[in-house]
Amino acid sequence: MVDALSVAERQSSPEEKKVEGLTMVVFSEDLDKALAAFIIANGAAAMDIPVTMFFTFWGTNIMRRNGPVKLIEKKSFMEKMFACMMPKGPDKLTLSKMHMGGMGTSLMKKEMAKKNVYSLPRLIQEARDQGVRMVICTMTMDVMGLKKEELLQGVEYGGVATFVASADESRSTLFI
Amino acid sequence: MSEIDLSAIKPAKLVDTRSSACPGPLLEAKKAMGVAHSGETVELWVSDPESKENILIWAKKVGHNYLGTVPSDSYDRMFINRK
Repeated sequence: MVDALSVAERQSSPEEKKVEGLTMVVFSEDLDKALAAFIIANGAAAMDIPVTMFFTFWGTNIMRRNGPVKLIEKKSFMEKMFACMMPKGPDKLTLSKMHMGGMGTSLMKKEMAKKNVYSLPRLIQEARDQGVRMVICTMTMDVMGLKKEELLQGVEYGGVATFVASADESRSTLFI
Repeated sequence: MSEIDLSAIKPAKLVDTRSSACPGPLLEAKKAMGVAHSGETVELWVSDPESKENILIWAKKVGHNYLGTVPSDSYDRMFINRK
């Protein structure tokens, strides 16, 4: 009897701690996928669902700041190479298909503007205004040599435990 | 629910979402609700059925009271009462 109870208790407890929430891994730096991630994040936030976005690997580049940055520490040669080859923030991302040396991406952006779809920088701003939590993976930053000064403001920094803890408490989790 | 005379409603705020695409209307609706007080009504202009559907789902989920829609020439006027 006691055993049966404790089993039932153990089984029910993980569900109980799940509250309404959406946690996303944003892994990709493709413009189309980043747009999808931020549209979903904004939609969920508008519906009063707490949202956490965890940016890791290529996804970290979405949150880069464009323009000159004064770095506190100098970058190594490899880090400089990475910094130069990876997209510098939301305005510099490219489509995963039909990029066509920039022509496809540019045409898509124009078409989206014409049809009144919010741009990625606008969606990031809206998400921030709605209190979407944005966490950047510090391991990725370390590997790619990205410094906090180079990233957009209003973000948090974290590791796998931050993501897992957030996902564990959320009803939905996405990997984009 | 008894029939409400929508034409008699004086909305606290009117938002024209017709120029924006998903998720624009939803975000604009949420912002408008944010400035309205509890019990006040917001009027939203939507141009396509999907935006309307989105706003209906949102209102239901968040708990606002959807009063009804008045069709206009090429768009719908939605009335939502803030919870």
